[in-house]
Amino acid sequence: MLTNERRQVGRAVPRIEGPLKATGRAAYAAEHSEPGLLHGAAVPATIARGRILEIDSRAAKVAFPGIVAIYTHENRPDAAWLDRSWQDDTAPPGHTYRPLQNDRVLFDGQPVAFVVADSFENARDAAALIKVIYERDVPETDLSAKLAERYEPPKKRNGISPPPEPRGKPEQAFDEAHVTISADYFIENEHHNPMELFATTVLYGEDGSLTVYDKTQGSQNAQKFVCNVFSLKQDKVTVINAYVGGAFGSGLRPRHQLFLAVMASLDLKRSVRFEMSRRDMFYLSYRPAMHQTVSLAADAEGRLTAVMHDTVQATSRYEDYQEVVVNWSGLAYRCDNVKLTYGLAKLDAATPGDMRAPGAASGLFALESAMDELSYAAGLDPLELRRRNFVHFDQNENKQLTSKALRACYREGAARFGWERRKPAPRAMREGHELIGWGMATGIWEAQLQSAKARVRLSANGQVIVQAAASDIGTGTYTILAQIAAEALDVLVEEVSVQIGQSDLPETSVEGGSWTAASSGSAVDAACLAIRQRLLDLAQKDKASPLKEATVEEVVIRGGHLRLDVDPKASVAISELMARAGETAIEEEGEVGPDAKQMKKFASYTHSACFVEVRVDEELGLVRVTRVVSAVAAGRILNPKTARSQILGGVVMGLGMSLHEESMIDHRSGRIMNHNLAEYHVPAHADIHDIDVHFVQEFDNKASPIGVKGLGEIGICGVAAAVANAIFHATGIRIRHLPITIDKILAGDKTPTDRAA
Amino acid sequence: MKRFDYLKAGSVAEAVSALAAHPKARLIAGGTNLVDLMKYDVEAPGLLVDINGLDLKRIEESENGTRIGALVTNSDLAYHPGINRRFPLLASALLAGASPQLRNAATAGGNLNQRTRCYYFYDTATRCNKRQPGSGCDAIGGVTRIHAILGASDSCIATHPSDMCVALAALDAVVEVEGPNGRRDIPILDYHRLPGETPERDNTLSPGEMVLGIRLEGEASPRHHTYLKLRDRLSYAFALVSAAVDLKIEDGVVRRARVALGGVAHKPWRDLEAESLLVGRVPSADATDAFIARLLSGAKGQGGNDFKITLAERVIRRALRQAAAGTPQLQHEKAIA
Ligand SMILES: Cc1cc2nc3c(=O)[nH]c(=O)nc-3n(C[C@H](O)[C@H](O)[C@H](O)COP(=O)(O)OP(=O)(O)OC[C@H]3O[C@@H](n4cnc5c(N)ncnc54)[C@H](O)[C@@H]3O)c2cc1C
Ligand code: SF4
Repeated sequence: MLTNERRQVGRAVPRIEGPLKATGRAAYAAEHSEPGLLHGAAVPATIARGRILEIDSRAAKVAFPGIVAIYTHENRPDAAWLDRSWQDDTAPPGHTYRPLQNDRVLFDGQPVAFVVADSFENARDAAALIKVIYERDVPETDLSAKLAERYEPPKKRNGISPPPEPRGKPEQAFDEAHVTISADYFIENEHHNPMELFATTVLYGEDGSLTVYDKTQGSQNAQKFVCNVFSLKQDKVTVINAYVGGAFGSGLRPRHQLFLAVMASLDLKRSVRFEMSRRDMFYLSYRPAMHQTVSLAADAEGRLTAVMHDTVQATSRYEDYQEVVVNWSGLAYRCDNVKLTYGLAKLDAATPGDMRAPGAASGLFALESAMDELSYAAGLDPLELRRRNFVHFDQNENKQLTSKALRACYREGAARFGWERRKPAPRAMREGHELIGWGMATGIWEAQLQSAKARVRLSANGQVIVQAAASDIGTGTYTILAQIAAEALDVLVEEVSVQIGQSDLPETSVEGGSWTAASSGSAVDAACLAIRQRLLDLAQKDKASPLKEATVEEVVIRGGHLRLDVDPKASVAISELMARAGETAIEEEGEVGPDAKQMKKFASYTHSACFVEVRVDEELGLVRVTRVVSAVAAGRILNPKTARSQILGGVVMGLGMSLHEESMIDHRSGRIMNHNLAEYHVPAHADIHDIDVHFVQEFDNKASPIGVKGLGEIGICGVAAAVANAIFHATGIRIRHLPITIDKILAGDKTPTDRAA
Repeated sequence: MKRFDYLKAGSVAEAVSALAAHPKARLIAGGTNLVDLMKYDVEAPGLLVDINGLDLKRIEESENGTRIGALVTNSDLAYHPGINRRFPLLASALLAGASPQLRNAATAGGNLNQRTRCYYFYDTATRCNKRQPGSGCDAIGGVTRIHAILGASDSCIATHPSDMCVALAALDAVVEVEGPNGRRDIPILDYHRLPGETPERDNTLSPGEMVLGIRLEGEASPRHHTYLKLRDRLSYAFALVSAAVDLKIEDGVVRRARVALGGVAHKPWRDLEAESLLVGRVPSADATDAFIARLLSGAKGQGGNDFKITLAERVIRRALRQAAAGTPQLQHEKAIA
């Protein structure tokens, strides 16, 4: 056993790359340079659907002699032909969008020309002078007008489970039930808005090789994309994403800045950088608008007798983008009569993209709002209703769960929040002009393990190097990998150097789905185990070794020695072992992946209970979220500090989803009108009050080899419903359409104005 | 962004003559609005006249009132002791606007002359009469959450986004301008204009004129005032509706009532006739009803902003109650008093 002081895992280690970031020494994709670097700028389409008739760049060329090239669909260099070559690891089924492919405009903001010039300013200003003449078609961008055209995606997206087959007799159970509710819920498009803009810097090597600094959540995914699309050999292309300034899913797929920068670099045989503008980013990717209907029925004790959840979700015309939206409703609570349906509707917009807890954040808004509605209909406390329907089983897939400490989340979260002091009736709590409401919701997210490799090198002097292609998108990956290696090899975190974010390092899938800590963490742990095994092998070459009979499970590394766990005296110095073998370091790879046998029997989820207090000005409809308690069960917590930050960020994003975020589309033109951070609102500091993050104890030895479940998404799950439920509790007004803005509250307010002067 | 020439003005006279000589010249003060608009290609000045070197950074107090130089920053103005003593309403409105960083750069003259936040005005791919006279107005029938409910025209439904100007309107400030024909004073209520057929003109400055400063004369209530701003998040967003109120109450009776609305029109909105319905009476629900009925009688929504009519009504009610009670809204306090 390790004494507490020597434990590295579970310690609140500050981010090891923090000082680099805080002092500006961590270079992001657009911050790499070399003399003679060229700069690109895109000309965005200003229509959402139609054809390009003419592109006139004469004025731009006259005004800017510094222009090196202008690419359009008419003169762009050839690229791969087959759809397959364009589909990255995370692509949904369909015809992947290809920049500058032809004269068709598929979405507003689509790049229709790409200018390369000697400076950023010249490229940008020249791009503004390029005139494009279009033939406009009438765009369809309003989901609510397209519900009738819903369809079931014929081809399923890789990794996204379609809804399970219905079970039981949901319609009949609904009709016969003691109490029922049925309601429609809406969500508008939301945008990721990471701080770092999408950017790619391509450094063109003398031998034609490319070093590509890209803002991506997967260097190897980006590298494969570049190699496939431009028919390049893997060893000619290195993609680096050592630092990523947030992404939230928007960096999973290769974005068009990568294609355009590489295309120009190869064509011109020069180094090129292309950094998007904030406005460009709004066209790229978004959490899709959704229309959901949830119908719930319960018996006299509040036990669910029917659950039906239907969703129509927006996608583009060219890809069937899919999320897991409705499945949660079949596994969150015990119910034997369940029908879950999910359809898409095509809009003239770019393909939506995974955004923090894709599917769950939206689906749980509907389910958990409906559960709240049911609690009032059944006359039960909302938390009590959920407790009564607790299930320790995945009924969708008929599988056991690796762990589910959700009851502890309910209990400990409620205690921290003071839930027992809640007055059940709406409008029962107030202070001054404000009505006070308490609402709660359950959160769920899948705990996944992906294939991942890692390499660890232990030097005779105790220095450790950890290598993997994994990305740190601001989540703390550097730090937790260092902690895991430090603990396994019994060195200080400072003695571990973590090298990640580069495509030629050991294979790792994209950084998404909250699986990086579990996957790459386990791979590092496995590599450390392999090192221990190698050291033991070396030791056992010595016939007189005190470890002669030991197995790898029986030995540990302590203070530069390999020794028996139970007998500190049975010990050999690692430096001596290496010296004997003529080595200065030992390097091993570790590899993990999903265990198919176990996955047949077990499903694995993270859970949370989110409690929210709102204060709503009765007369003005102004909402303030004054308290949040997020109690999370996510298996083993590697680092309470980075873990808490993940949950805090998720909750804040959930508050944005609840109260602020939406793209405002002018459906006549299909254009997003609030495409900047002044008018697309995310929470400001004043909107964020007390957020209490609490991790409950959860032991899980199946979710991943190191017992970790992941934390990137669970923080946002359930937040929007908890806020909407709290607003109902405060005001008696049920808002089923996000974001919950003042106008919606005023529209729901049927109470006469308080006329007292 | 288009190329431009740059002139660092050494004197007001130099700035004014440069403005007069170049029809496409623009003054730059804090740049927090103009530079954004240049980046979006909404403004493309041929000549930037930088006035930051001019001696317009003083706040002068005298018996008759206070004079605020055009280059006084929003922060300096908001925290000035004299302003807080004599015109706390103005200080409060300033602190309700933008963010500390922006207020540190933004100037009084720039704030007065900041342009609308109409989404379409900002987007050169759309038609906008304000940006390009005669091209049409795509906001009408489009996304109109932030648009006007009062005084709009068929040519333009934009609002003036300033908080500061709403307080200035309630305080009957005077704008001092200088141009090729010399100096003149423009009462604040005449400074901004309604769009009518010529929405390209935000205000009544003549070509070549610039703002030298703003004067506050006469008295303002030290107690019976408030600036109440409702917006889409609790800070750092433009007003959906705001109200600046200044009441003079003697023996429980309103002797003077000045109420300006922000976020609802092409200019800070005041209705002197409606205000007279509050005067000579004790503050009461009936008086407020009469005032609101009159003030909002011409209000008309554009679809996405219909709610602003109800919101305006409620904001006025609350603001009048705050002012009458002598409990002005504190801007750092996010619960509404
Ligand atoms: C994200 C964001 C949020 C904001 N939120 C708010 C808010 O909530 N409330 C609010 O009130 N404001 C808000 N603002 C606007 C801000 O108040 C203005 O940008 C600022 O006041 C402009 O002042 P400036 O000195 O920077 O002007 P500049 O940008 O330098 O100039 C603005 C205009 O005024 C003209 N001008 C400048 N000085 C003079 C002069 N002396 N005479 C004549 N014309 C002149 C310029 O030619 C230009 O046309 C916000 C701005 C941003 C960017
Ligand atoms: S409302 Fe005014 S500013 Fe907006 S688009 Fe119409 S004309 Fe332009």
